[in-house]
Amino acid sequence: MTIKETEQQIVEEFSVFTEWLDKYEYLIELGRSLPIIKESGKEEKNLIKGCQSRVWLAADYSDGKIYFTADSDAIITKGIVSLLVRVFSGRTPQEILEADLSFIKEIGLEENLSPTRANGLLSMIRQIKFYAVAFAANK
Amino acid sequence: MALLNNIQDIRDQFPALGQKVNGKDLVYFDNGATAQKPLCVTGRLNEMNSGINGNIHRAVHDLSAKCTMLYEGARETVRAFINAESTDEVIFTSGTTASVNLVANSFTASFISKGDAVIICEADHHSNIVPWQMACERAGAELRILPVDDNGCWRMDELDKILDRKVKIVSVAHISNVLGIVNPVEELVKKAHAAGAVVLLDGAQGIVHSSVDVQKLNCDFYAFSGHKIYGPTGTGILYGKRSILERMGPWMGGGDMVETVTLQKTTYAPLPLRFEAGTPNFIGAAALGDALQFVSSLDKEFVHNHEERLTDLLMNGLRNIEGLKIYGDAPEKIPLASFTIDGVHHADLAMLLDKMGVAVRSGMMCCEPLMSRFGVTGMVRVSLTVYNTEEEIDILLKSLSRAVNMLRQ
Repeated sequence: MTIKETEQQIVEEFSVFTEWLDKYEYLIELGRSLPIIKESGKEEKNLIKGCQSRVWLAADYSDGKIYFTADSDAIITKGIVSLLVRVFSGRTPQEILEADLSFIKEIGLEENLSPTRANGLLSMIRQIKFYAVAFAANK
Repeated sequence: MALLNNIQDIRDQFPALGQKVNGKDLVYFDNGATAQKPLCVTGRLNEMNSGINGNIHRAVHDLSAKCTMLYEGARETVRAFINAESTDEVIFTSGTTASVNLVANSFTASFISKGDAVIICEADHHSNIVPWQMACERAGAELRILPVDDNGCWRMDELDKILDRKVKIVSVAHISNVLGIVNPVEELVKKAHAAGAVVLLDGAQGIVHSSVDVQKLNCDFYAFSGHKIYGPTGTGILYGKRSILERMGPWMGGGDMVETVTLQKTTYAPLPLRFEAGTPNFIGAAALGDALQFVSSLDKEFVHNHEERLTDLLMNGLRNIEGLKIYGDAPEKIPLASFTIDGVHHADLAMLLDKMGVAVRSGMMCCEPLMSRFGVTGMVRVSLTVYNTEEEIDILLKSLSRAVNMLRQ
Protein backbone atom coordinates (compact mmCIF):
# COMPACT_ATOMS: atom_id res chain seq x y z
CA MET A 1 0.00 0.00 0.00
CA THR A 2 1.39 3.43 -0.91
CA ILE A 3 1.36 6.43 1.42
CA LYS A 4 -1.51 7.88 -0.59
CA GLU A 5 -3.49 4.65 -0.23
CA THR A 6 -2.93 4.50 3.52
CA GLU A 7 -4.00 8.13 3.80
CA GLN A 8 -7.13 7.34 1.81
CA GLN A 9 -7.88 4.39 4.08
CA ILE A 10 -7.67 6.68 7.15
CA VAL A 11 -9.92 9.25 5.49
CA GLU A 12 -12.51 6.51 4.90
CA GLU A 13 -12.28 5.32 8.50
CA PHE A 14 -12.92 8.85 9.70
CA SER A 15 -15.75 9.49 7.25
CA VAL A 16 -18.18 7.53 9.46
CA PHE A 17 -17.85 10.15 12.22
CA THR A 18 -20.34 12.95 11.85
CA GLU A 19 -19.82 14.35 15.35
CA TRP A 20 -16.55 15.79 16.64
CA LEU A 21 -17.12 13.76 19.79
CA ASP A 22 -16.97 10.42 17.94
CA LYS A 23 -13.85 11.50 16.13
CA TYR A 24 -12.05 12.42 19.32
CA GLU A 25 -13.25 9.27 21.07
CA TYR A 26 -11.71 7.30 18.23
CA LEU A 27 -8.43 9.21 18.59
CA ILE A 28 -8.45 8.53 22.32
CA GLU A 29 -9.05 4.85 21.58
CA LEU A 30 -6.15 4.83 19.12
CA GLY A 31 -3.96 6.58 21.64
CA ARG A 32 -4.89 4.07 24.30
CA SER A 33 -4.61 0.86 22.32
CA LEU A 34 -1.24 1.42 20.79
CA PRO A 35 2.00 0.88 22.65
CA ILE A 36 3.91 2.61 19.93
CA ILE A 37 7.33 3.03 21.45
CA LYS A 38 9.57 0.86 23.58
CA GLU A 39 10.36 2.32 27.01
CA SER A 40 14.01 2.37 25.94
CA GLY A 41 13.04 4.64 23.06
CA LYS A 42 11.70 7.25 25.46
CA GLU A 43 15.09 8.80 25.95
CA GLU A 44 16.03 12.45 25.92
CA LYS A 45 17.42 12.44 22.40
CA ASN A 46 14.09 11.24 21.00
CA LEU A 47 12.04 13.80 22.91
CA ILE A 48 10.27 16.60 21.08
CA LYS A 49 9.21 19.15 23.64
CA GLY A 50 6.11 21.25 23.16
CA CYS A 51 4.59 23.65 25.65
CA GLN A 52 1.41 21.56 25.74
CA SER A 53 2.54 18.00 25.33
CA ARG A 54 5.63 15.94 24.68
CA VAL A 55 6.27 13.58 21.78
CA TRP A 56 8.95 10.91 21.48
CA LEU A 57 10.06 9.75 18.06
CA ALA A 58 12.58 7.01 17.25
CA ALA A 59 13.66 5.91 13.77
CA ASP A 60 15.33 2.72 12.53
CA TYR A 61 16.67 2.25 9.02
CA SER A 62 16.65 -1.17 7.47
CA ASP A 63 16.62 -2.46 3.89
CA GLY A 64 16.11 1.01 2.48
CA LYS A 65 13.08 1.75 4.62
CA ILE A 66 12.60 3.84 7.74
CA TYR A 67 10.65 2.37 10.65
CA PHE A 68 9.24 4.85 13.15
CA THR A 69 8.05 4.32 16.68
CA ALA A 70 6.62 7.21 18.65
CA ASP A 71 4.68 8.17 21.74
CA SER A 72 3.16 11.13 23.54
CA ASP A 73 2.19 11.88 27.12
CA ALA A 74 -1.16 13.31 25.94
CA ILE A 75 -3.63 10.72 24.72
CA ILE A 76 -5.23 12.70 21.87
CA THR A 77 -1.81 13.75 20.60
CA LYS A 78 -0.80 10.09 20.83
CA GLY A 79 -3.80 9.13 18.72
CA ILE A 80 -2.71 11.51 15.99
CA VAL A 81 0.89 10.35 16.39
CA SER A 82 -0.26 6.80 15.74
CA LEU A 83 -1.90 7.91 12.48
CA LEU A 84 1.33 9.57 11.38
CA VAL A 85 3.35 6.49 12.25
CA ARG A 86 0.90 4.34 10.30
CA VAL A 87 1.36 6.58 7.26
CA PHE A 88 5.13 7.05 7.45
CA SER A 89 6.60 3.89 8.93
CA GLY A 90 8.10 1.31 6.60
CA ARG A 91 8.52 3.76 3.73
CA THR A 92 11.55 4.74 1.71
CA PRO A 93 13.06 8.17 2.38
CA GLN A 94 11.90 9.27 -1.05
CA GLU A 95 8.27 8.35 -0.34
CA ILE A 96 8.39 10.23 2.97
CA LEU A 97 9.83 13.36 1.41
CA GLU A 98 7.10 13.38 -1.24
CA ALA A 99 4.18 12.95 1.17
CA ASP A 100 1.98 16.02 1.53
CA LEU A 101 -0.19 14.85 4.44
CA SER A 102 -3.37 16.30 2.99
CA PHE A 103 -5.33 13.57 4.81
CA ILE A 104 -4.93 15.44 8.10
CA LYS A 105 -6.96 18.28 6.66
CA GLU A 106 -9.48 15.89 5.10
CA ILE A 107 -10.22 14.29 8.47
CA GLY A 108 -10.56 17.71 10.07
CA LEU A 109 -7.56 17.59 12.36
CA GLU A 110 -5.42 20.27 10.72
CA GLU A 111 -5.78 22.58 13.73
CA ASN A 112 -3.71 20.07 15.66
CA LEU A 113 -0.82 20.62 13.31
CA SER A 114 -0.92 24.37 13.67
CA PRO A 115 2.23 25.93 15.12
CA THR A 116 0.08 27.60 17.78
CA ARG A 117 -0.87 24.27 19.31
CA ALA A 118 2.66 23.67 20.56
CA ASN A 119 1.85 20.00 21.04
CA GLY A 120 4.97 18.73 19.32
CA LEU A 121 3.16 17.29 16.27
CA LEU A 122 4.49 19.84 13.80
CA SER A 123 8.01 19.32 15.11
CA MET A 124 7.42 15.57 14.85
CA ILE A 125 6.60 15.82 11.15
CA ARG A 126 9.65 18.01 10.61
CA GLN A 127 11.75 15.44 12.42
CA ILE A 128 10.32 12.59 10.30
CA LYS A 129 11.25 14.49 7.14
CA PHE A 130 14.65 15.27 8.61
CA TYR A 131 15.29 11.54 9.19
CA ALA A 132 14.27 10.87 5.60
CA VAL A 133 16.78 13.45 4.31
CA ALA A 134 19.51 12.08 6.58
CA PHE A 135 18.95 8.42 5.68
CA ALA A 136 18.67 9.26 1.98
CA ALA A 137 22.01 11.05 2.13
CA ASN A 138 23.71 8.13 3.92
CA LYS A 139 22.52 5.46 1.53
CA MET B 1 -21.75 59.11 35.78
CA ALA B 2 -23.55 56.05 37.11
CA LEU B 3 -21.22 53.12 37.71
CA LEU B 4 -21.73 49.85 35.82
CA ASN B 5 -23.18 47.31 38.23
CA ASN B 6 -25.15 44.93 36.07
CA ILE B 7 -23.67 41.90 34.34
CA GLN B 8 -25.73 42.29 31.18
CA ASP B 9 -24.75 45.96 30.79
CA ILE B 10 -21.13 44.95 31.19
CA ARG B 11 -21.35 42.06 28.72
CA ASP B 12 -23.02 44.34 26.19
CA GLN B 13 -19.77 46.28 26.05
CA PHE B 14 -17.89 43.18 24.79
CA PRO B 15 -19.08 42.06 21.34
CA ALA B 16 -16.46 39.27 21.25
CA LEU B 17 -18.35 37.41 23.99
CA GLY B 18 -21.33 36.85 21.70
CA GLN B 19 -19.55 34.65 19.17
CA LYS B 20 -19.75 30.92 18.60
CA VAL B 21 -16.68 28.70 18.72
CA ASN B 22 -16.81 25.19 17.28
CA GLY B 23 -20.55 25.69 16.91
CA LYS B 24 -21.04 26.45 20.62
CA ASP B 25 -21.54 29.74 22.47
CA LEU B 26 -18.10 30.94 23.49
CA VAL B 27 -17.26 30.59 27.17
CA TYR B 28 -14.11 32.62 27.61
CA PHE B 29 -12.01 31.67 30.62
CA ASP B 30 -8.54 32.62 29.41
CA ASN B 31 -8.67 36.17 30.72
CA GLY B 32 -5.34 35.77 32.47
CA ALA B 33 -3.72 35.49 29.04
CA THR B 34 -5.67 38.26 27.36
CA ALA B 35 -8.98 40.00 27.95
CA GLN B 36 -11.65 40.84 25.41
CA LYS B 37 -12.07 44.50 24.47
CA PRO B 38 -14.97 46.82 25.28
CA LEU B 39 -16.59 49.01 22.64
CA CYS B 40 -14.85 52.15 23.89
CA VAL B 41 -11.49 50.54 23.10
CA THR B 42 -12.38 49.10 19.69
CA GLY B 43 -14.17 52.38 18.90
CA ARG B 44 -11.08 54.45 19.67
CA LEU B 45 -8.86 52.13 17.60
CA ASN B 46 -11.24 52.36 14.64
CA GLU B 47 -11.68 56.10 14.95
CA MET B 48 -7.94 56.74 14.95
CA ASN B 49 -6.96 54.14 12.36
CA SER B 50 -9.61 55.38 9.98
CA GLY B 51 -9.16 59.11 10.48
CA ILE B 52 -7.46 60.71 13.45
CA ASN B 53 -3.98 59.58 12.53
CA GLY B 54 -0.92 61.82 12.58
CA ASN B 55 2.48 61.13 14.09
CA ILE B 56 2.76 62.65 17.54
CA HIS B 57 5.02 65.27 19.09
CA ARG B 58 6.78 66.49 15.97
CA ALA B 59 4.42 68.10 13.52
CA VAL B 60 2.33 71.24 13.67
CA HIS B 61 -0.62 69.97 11.67
CA ASP B 62 -4.02 69.28 13.11
CA LEU B 63 -4.00 65.47 13.05
CA SER B 64 -0.63 65.36 14.77
CA ALA B 65 -1.84 67.74 17.45
CA LYS B 66 -5.00 65.68 18.04
CA CYS B 67 -3.03 62.46 18.34
CA THR B 68 -0.51 64.07 20.68
CA MET B 69 -3.40 65.24 22.86
CA LEU B 70 -4.91 61.77 22.93
CA TYR B 71 -1.54 60.14 23.65
CA GLU B 72 -0.60 62.51 26.44
CA GLY B 73 -4.18 62.43 27.73
CA ALA B 74 -3.90 58.66 28.06
CA ARG B 75 -0.64 59.11 29.96
CA GLU B 76 -2.50 61.27 32.47
CA THR B 77 -5.27 58.63 32.69
CA VAL B 78 -2.66 55.99 33.49
CA ARG B 79 -0.99 58.26 36.03
CA ALA B 80 -4.26 58.81 37.85
CA PHE B 81 -5.19 55.10 37.60
CA ILE B 82 -2.04 53.98 39.44
CA ASN B 83 -1.70 57.20 41.45
CA ALA B 84 1.79 58.07 40.23
CA GLU B 85 3.09 61.44 41.35
CA SER B 86 3.74 62.71 37.85
CA THR B 87 3.20 61.77 34.20
CA ASP B 88 7.00 61.92 33.91
CA GLU B 89 6.98 58.60 35.72
CA VAL B 90 4.69 56.89 33.22
CA ILE B 91 6.45 55.34 30.21
CA PHE B 92 4.56 53.74 27.35
CA THR B 93 5.98 50.39 26.23
CA SER B 94 4.71 47.47 24.18
CA GLY B 95 3.83 45.40 27.24
CA THR B 96 5.04 43.95 30.53
CA THR B 97 7.87 42.10 28.80
CA ALA B 98 9.19 45.29 27.20
CA SER B 99 8.87 47.13 30.51
CA VAL B 100 10.89 44.50 32.38
CA ASN B 101 13.48 44.41 29.61
CA LEU B 102 13.78 48.20 29.73
CA VAL B 103 14.66 48.05 33.42
CA ALA B 104 16.84 44.95 33.04
CA ASN B 105 18.90 46.83 30.45
CA SER B 106 18.85 50.41 31.53
CA PHE B 107 18.84 50.04 35.31
CA THR B 108 21.48 47.32 35.11
CA ALA B 109 23.76 49.51 32.98
CA SER B 110 23.53 52.37 35.49
CA PHE B 111 23.36 50.57 38.82
CA ILE B 112 24.58 46.96 38.69
CA SER B 113 28.25 46.02 38.64
CA LYS B 114 30.23 42.81 38.80
CA GLY B 115 29.64 41.04 42.09
CA ASP B 116 26.23 42.65 42.71
CA ALA B 117 23.07 40.58 42.91
CA VAL B 118 19.50 40.52 41.63
CA ILE B 119 16.58 38.65 43.23
CA ILE B 120 13.72 37.07 41.27
CA CYS B 121 11.18 34.44 42.35
CA GLU B 122 10.89 30.83 41.21
CA ALA B 123 7.15 31.32 40.64
CA ASP B 124 7.72 34.16 38.19
CA HIS B 125 6.72 34.32 34.54
CA HIS B 126 9.53 33.75 32.03
CA SER B 127 9.31 37.44 31.14
CA ASN B 128 10.62 38.29 34.59
CA ILE B 129 13.21 35.50 34.61
CA VAL B 130 14.94 35.57 31.24
CA PRO B 131 15.64 39.36 31.04
CA TRP B 132 17.35 39.17 34.44
CA GLN B 133 19.37 36.09 33.50
CA MET B 134 20.59 38.01 30.45
CA ALA B 135 21.27 41.18 32.44
CA CYS B 136 23.17 39.33 35.17
CA GLU B 137 25.26 37.53 32.61
CA ARG B 138 26.20 40.83 30.96
CA ALA B 139 26.94 42.60 34.22
CA GLY B 140 28.68 39.69 35.93
CA ALA B 141 26.05 39.84 38.66
CA GLU B 142 24.59 36.98 40.65
CA LEU B 143 20.95 35.92 40.18
CA ARG B 144 19.35 34.86 43.44
CA ILE B 145 16.07 33.02 43.65
CA LEU B 146 13.29 33.58 46.15
CA PRO B 147 11.66 30.16 46.62
CA VAL B 148 7.98 29.44 47.29
CA ASP B 149 6.51 26.91 49.72
CA ASP B 150 4.24 23.99 48.81
CA ASN B 151 1.25 26.36 48.76
CA GLY B 152 3.04 28.65 46.32
CA CYS B 153 3.62 31.41 48.90
CA TRP B 154 6.85 33.36 49.08
CA ARG B 155 9.34 31.99 51.62
CA MET B 156 9.88 35.28 53.47
CA ASP B 157 12.33 33.51 55.82
CA GLU B 158 14.46 32.62 52.78
CA LEU B 159 14.22 36.19 51.53
CA ASP B 160 15.94 37.36 54.69
CA LYS B 161 18.81 34.99 53.94
CA ILE B 162 19.43 36.14 50.36
CA LEU B 163 18.71 39.85 50.80
CA ASP B 164 21.95 41.64 51.62
CA ARG B 165 23.72 44.84 50.54
CA LYS B 166 24.90 43.20 47.29
CA VAL B 167 21.31 43.04 46.04
CA LYS B 168 20.52 46.04 43.84
CA ILE B 169 17.04 45.09 42.68
CA VAL B 170 14.29 42.64 43.60
CA SER B 171 12.08 41.94 40.58
CA VAL B 172 9.01 39.80 41.32
CA ALA B 173 5.36 39.34 40.41
CA HIS B 174 2.69 41.28 42.28
CA ILE B 175 0.21 38.47 41.58
CA SER B 176 1.20 35.05 40.22
CA ASN B 177 -0.23 34.28 36.77
CA VAL B 178 -0.39 30.56 37.58
CA LEU B 179 -1.33 30.46 41.25
CA GLY B 180 -3.33 33.68 41.44
CA ILE B 181 -1.75 34.44 44.80
CA VAL B 182 -1.58 38.09 45.81
CA ASN B 183 1.96 38.29 47.11
CA PRO B 184 2.89 40.28 50.26
CA VAL B 185 4.52 43.00 48.20
CA GLU B 186 4.34 45.78 50.77
CA GLU B 187 6.33 43.72 53.25
CA LEU B 188 8.80 42.82 50.52
CA VAL B 189 9.25 46.47 49.52
CA LYS B 190 10.02 47.43 53.12
CA LYS B 191 12.60 44.68 53.49
CA ALA B 192 14.23 45.40 50.12
CA HIS B 193 14.46 49.13 50.80
CA ALA B 194 15.94 48.47 54.23
CA ALA B 195 18.66 46.45 52.49
CA GLY B 196 19.27 49.22 49.96
CA ALA B 197 17.64 47.46 46.99
CA VAL B 198 14.91 48.79 44.70
CA VAL B 199 11.82 46.79 43.73
CA LEU B 200 10.20 46.08 40.37
CA LEU B 201 6.73 44.57 40.51
CA ASP B 202 5.51 42.61 37.49
CA GLY B 203 1.93 43.77 37.56
CA ALA B 204 0.59 41.94 34.50
CA GLN B 205 -2.08 40.30 36.68
CA GLY B 206 -1.90 42.79 39.54
CA ILE B 207 -3.16 45.75 37.54
CA VAL B 208 -6.33 43.82 36.64
CA HIS B 209 -7.21 42.38 40.01
CA SER B 210 -6.14 44.89 42.61
CA SER B 211 -6.35 48.63 43.10
CA VAL B 212 -2.79 49.61 42.36
CA ASP B 213 -1.51 52.69 44.14
CA VAL B 214 2.20 52.90 43.37
CA GLN B 215 2.81 55.47 46.08
CA LYS B 216 1.16 53.31 48.70
CA LEU B 217 2.95 50.20 47.46
CA ASN B 218 6.09 52.32 47.46
CA CYS B 219 7.57 50.14 44.71
CA ASP B 220 10.24 51.68 42.50
CA PHE B 221 8.96 50.18 39.25
CA TYR B 222 5.60 48.73 38.26
CA ALA B 223 5.20 47.00 34.89
CA PHE B 224 1.98 45.98 33.19
CA SER B 225 0.37 45.19 29.84
CA GLY B 226 -2.62 46.86 28.25
CA HIS B 227 -4.17 43.77 26.68
CA LYS B 228 -4.92 42.00 29.96
CA ILE B 229 -6.84 45.00 31.28
CA TYR B 230 -9.19 45.25 28.26
CA GLY B 231 -6.79 47.48 26.32
CA PRO B 232 -5.15 46.89 22.95
CA THR B 233 -2.46 44.28 22.33
CA GLY B 234 1.01 45.77 22.05
CA THR B 235 0.53 48.40 24.73
CA GLY B 236 2.06 48.50 28.16
CA ILE B 237 3.35 50.69 30.91
CA LEU B 238 6.47 51.04 32.94
CA TYR B 239 5.99 53.16 36.01
CA GLY B 240 9.26 54.26 37.57
CA LYS B 241 10.07 56.60 40.42
CA ARG B 242 11.39 59.84 39.03
CA SER B 243 14.46 59.84 41.27
CA ILE B 244 15.57 56.52 39.77
CA LEU B 245 14.49 57.05 36.17
CA GLU B 246 16.46 60.31 36.11
CA ARG B 247 19.62 58.43 36.90
CA MET B 248 19.04 55.79 34.22
CA GLY B 249 20.39 56.15 30.69
CA PRO B 250 18.16 55.37 27.73
CA TRP B 251 17.96 51.81 26.47
CA MET B 252 16.93 52.23 22.86
CA GLY B 253 18.06 55.18 20.76
CA GLY B 254 16.06 56.85 18.02
CA GLY B 255 13.71 59.67 17.26
CA ASP B 256 11.62 61.46 19.90
CA MET B 257 13.99 60.55 22.75
CA VAL B 258 16.57 63.23 22.04
CA GLU B 259 17.15 66.86 22.88
CA THR B 260 19.92 67.75 20.43
CA VAL B 261 21.78 65.50 18.06
CA THR B 262 25.10 66.13 16.39
CA LEU B 263 27.02 63.41 14.64
CA GLN B 264 29.37 63.22 17.59
CA LYS B 265 27.11 63.56 20.61
CA THR B 266 23.47 63.47 21.54
CA THR B 267 21.77 64.85 24.60
CA TYR B 268 18.66 63.04 25.66
CA ALA B 269 15.14 64.27 26.13
CA PRO B 270 13.80 64.62 29.66
CA LEU B 271 11.42 62.06 31.19
CA PRO B 272 9.40 60.25 30.05
CA LEU B 273 10.29 60.62 26.35
CA ARG B 274 13.90 59.56 26.98
CA PHE B 275 12.58 56.01 27.20
CA GLU B 276 10.20 56.17 24.24
CA ALA B 277 12.47 56.00 21.20
CA GLY B 278 10.81 55.91 17.80
CA THR B 279 7.15 56.30 16.92
CA PRO B 280 5.28 54.75 19.81
CA ASN B 281 2.04 52.81 19.42
CA PHE B 282 0.18 56.06 20.04
CA ILE B 283 -3.15 54.73 18.80
CA GLY B 284 -2.91 51.75 21.11
CA ALA B 285 -1.80 53.98 23.98
CA ALA B 286 -4.79 56.29 23.48
CA ALA B 287 -7.12 53.27 23.56
CA LEU B 288 -5.40 51.96 26.68
CA GLY B 289 -6.54 55.18 28.31
CA ASP B 290 -10.10 54.29 27.31
CA ALA B 291 -9.69 50.78 28.73
CA LEU B 292 -8.63 52.18 32.09
CA GLN B 293 -11.54 54.59 32.04
CA PHE B 294 -13.81 51.62 31.40
CA VAL B 295 -12.37 49.89 34.48
CA SER B 296 -12.95 53.06 36.49
CA SER B 297 -16.56 53.07 35.33
CA LEU B 298 -17.19 49.69 36.98
CA ASP B 299 -18.80 49.58 40.42
CA LYS B 300 -15.91 48.17 42.49
CA GLU B 301 -18.14 46.61 45.11
CA PHE B 302 -20.24 44.89 42.45
CA VAL B 303 -17.10 43.57 40.73
CA HIS B 304 -15.71 42.27 44.00
CA ASN B 305 -18.92 40.49 45.01
CA HIS B 306 -19.56 39.15 41.53
CA GLU B 307 -16.05 37.72 41.15
CA GLU B 308 -16.17 36.26 44.64
CA ARG B 309 -19.47 34.50 43.88
CA LEU B 310 -18.06 33.08 40.62
CA THR B 311 -14.85 31.96 42.31
CA ASP B 312 -16.80 30.14 45.07
CA LEU B 313 -18.90 28.35 42.47
CA LEU B 314 -15.83 27.42 40.48
CA MET B 315 -13.79 26.18 43.45
CA ASN B 316 -16.66 24.16 44.91
CA GLY B 317 -17.35 22.59 41.52
CA LEU B 318 -13.70 21.75 40.92
CA ARG B 319 -13.29 20.19 44.36
CA ASN B 320 -16.06 17.72 43.50
CA ILE B 321 -14.01 16.27 40.65
CA GLU B 322 -12.11 13.21 41.78
CA GLY B 323 -8.34 13.46 41.58
CA LEU B 324 -8.36 17.18 40.87
CA LYS B 325 -5.66 19.23 42.55
CA ILE B 326 -5.71 23.02 42.72
CA TYR B 327 -2.35 24.76 43.04
CA GLY B 328 -1.74 27.82 45.17
CA ASP B 329 -3.30 28.26 48.57
CA ALA B 330 -3.10 31.69 50.16
CA PRO B 331 -5.33 34.06 52.14
CA GLU B 332 -5.70 36.35 49.15
CA LYS B 333 -6.22 35.02 45.63
CA ILE B 334 -7.64 36.43 42.41
CA PRO B 335 -10.52 34.66 40.60
CA LEU B 336 -8.38 32.00 39.00
CA ALA B 337 -7.78 28.27 39.39
CA SER B 338 -4.86 26.26 38.02
CA PHE B 339 -5.21 22.52 38.41
CA THR B 340 -4.23 19.05 37.32
CA ILE B 341 -6.41 15.92 37.31
CA ASP B 342 -4.95 12.48 38.04
CA GLY B 343 -4.73 10.31 34.96
CA VAL B 344 -5.76 13.11 32.60
CA HIS B 345 -3.34 15.16 30.52
CA HIS B 346 -3.86 18.94 30.59
CA ALA B 347 -3.53 19.29 26.81
CA ASP B 348 -6.20 16.63 26.16
CA LEU B 349 -8.52 18.35 28.60
CA ALA B 350 -8.05 21.80 27.05
CA MET B 351 -8.53 20.37 23.56
CA LEU B 352 -11.85 18.76 24.44
CA LEU B 353 -13.02 21.86 26.32
CA ASP B 354 -12.25 23.92 23.23
CA LYS B 355 -14.45 21.56 21.20
CA MET B 356 -17.23 22.35 23.67
CA GLY B 357 -16.71 26.10 23.21
CA VAL B 358 -14.82 26.65 26.46
CA ALA B 359 -11.52 28.52 26.23
CA VAL B 360 -9.02 27.79 29.00
CA ARG B 361 -5.26 27.92 29.19
CA SER B 362 -3.16 24.80 29.46
CA GLY B 363 0.52 23.97 29.53
CA MET B 364 3.37 25.59 31.40
CA MET B 365 1.93 29.10 31.23
CA CYS B 366 5.42 30.54 30.69
CA CYS B 367 6.41 29.33 34.16
CA GLU B 368 8.56 26.27 33.53
CA PRO B 369 10.52 26.59 36.80
CA LEU B 370 7.26 26.71 38.78
CA MET B 371 5.97 23.62 36.93
CA SER B 372 9.18 21.81 37.89
CA ARG B 373 8.74 23.02 41.47
CA PHE B 374 5.39 21.23 41.59
CA GLY B 375 6.65 18.24 39.57
CA VAL B 376 4.21 18.63 36.68
CA THR B 377 4.62 19.23 32.94
CA GLY B 378 1.66 21.57 32.79
CA MET B 379 -1.66 22.57 34.30
CA VAL B 380 -5.06 23.78 33.18
CA ARG B 381 -5.92 27.34 34.16
CA VAL B 382 -9.38 28.85 34.39
CA SER B 383 -9.10 32.61 34.82
CA LEU B 384 -12.23 34.68 35.33
CA THR B 385 -13.01 38.30 35.00
CA VAL B 386 -15.87 40.70 35.49
CA TYR B 387 -17.86 39.73 32.37
CA ASN B 388 -18.06 36.02 33.18
CA THR B 389 -21.30 34.55 34.50
CA GLU B 390 -22.57 31.83 36.82
CA GLU B 391 -24.07 30.08 33.83
CA GLU B 392 -20.63 29.95 32.21
CA ILE B 393 -19.16 28.33 35.34
CA ASP B 394 -21.93 25.77 35.10
CA ILE B 395 -21.10 25.04 31.44
CA LEU B 396 -17.41 24.75 32.30
CA LEU B 397 -18.03 22.27 35.11
CA LYS B 398 -20.34 20.13 32.98
CA SER B 399 -17.92 20.22 30.04
CA LEU B 400 -15.09 19.33 32.37
CA SER B 401 -16.75 16.23 33.76
CA ARG B 402 -17.73 15.16 30.26
CA ALA B 403 -14.12 15.56 29.09
CA VAL B 404 -12.76 13.72 32.12
CA ASN B 405 -15.14 10.83 31.46
CA MET B 406 -13.93 10.58 27.88
CA LEU B 407 -10.27 10.66 28.84
CA ARG B 408 -10.35 8.49 31.92
CA GLN B 409 -11.30 4.85 31.40
